[in-house]
Amino acid sequence: MSAHAAAHAEEHHHPNYVRIWAILVGLLVVSVVGPMFGIRVLTLTAAFGIAFVKAYLVAKNFMHLGVEKPFVRWVLALALVMMVLLYAGVSPDAGRGSGERWVKDAGWHRLAPAAKAEAATEKK
Amino acid sequence: MGMPTGRLAVWWLLVSEIVIFGGLLAAYVMNRVSHPEWGAQAAHTNTWAGAFNTLVLLSSSLSAVLAHKAASEGNGPKAARLLYLTCLGGCVFLVVKAFEWTHEIREGFVLQSGGFWSYYYTAAGLHGFHVIVGMLVMLWVASSAKRNEDLHRVENVGLYWHFVDMVWIFLFPLLYIAK
Repeated sequence: MSAHAAAHAEEHHHPNYVRIWAILVGLLVVSVVGPMFGIRVLTLTAAFGIAFVKAYLVAKNFMHLGVEKPFVRWVLALALVMMVLLYAGVSPDAGRGSGERWVKDAGWHRLAPAAKAEAATEKK
Repeated sequence: MGMPTGRLAVWWLLVSEIVIFGGLLAAYVMNRVSHPEWGAQAAHTNTWAGAFNTLVLLSSSLSAVLAHKAASEGNGPKAARLLYLTCLGGCVFLVVKAFEWTHEIREGFVLQSGGFWSYYYTAAGLHGFHVIVGMLVMLWVASSAKRNEDLHRVENVGLYWHFVDMVWIFLFPLLYIAK
């Protein structure tokens, strides 16, 4: 056994990766099928709830975060908290289309030619 | 700290990547919430292509972690073969993405076509760039792993690849499912 292999054996045990992959694929199928029912709550739950579950499974099993040094988990958590703070701080303004003496118009409401044609057809 | 320096460096890299992708995705979500009409634009993305690419990346993550396992058992050549397989997954992902983009651009949906498309091309493009970088590093790591050299790098490049996979796990519902 090489020095790397010996050091590694002390750190990790390897779960059944194929089984975890199969669970991830099953979750992918649910996230695609769920929105087909056209129920908004179900769509959001199937799409985003499952995304978080999939990310958790990848982080825990493939990235071995469960057995990684606590320092790593804390730093990653800090980065995620920063992201939430960014969202909480900016979204009250960014979520609005206009405010006192300002209007958000960066050309985002222009439509592509195909979308324009589609919109025109819908009007008819 | 009791952790190999290379792995620690990769974790720091991933922390910075969380801030990059996290900021981009947070900006997308906050604008998407205030622009319900973007749903009509998102309806033009191909859910099946996105789902297939998710399957490809999940599978490539499996081969990356199996390469890590092989490396931890001291089997460099097997780890290298699995890394090549992971790169193949990256290639398939990019080819599918190329077909998607070609179709969308021909339909008239380009970077300047609106807020949704600006985010779509920026987020998917930035992610695709990370896929390409990951593949190049993986080829380099595989070339030494097959000679049973620097096997610790197999785990490090795998961590990066799993992160790229994880970013796509969130991009898929944001760009392809929420319509």
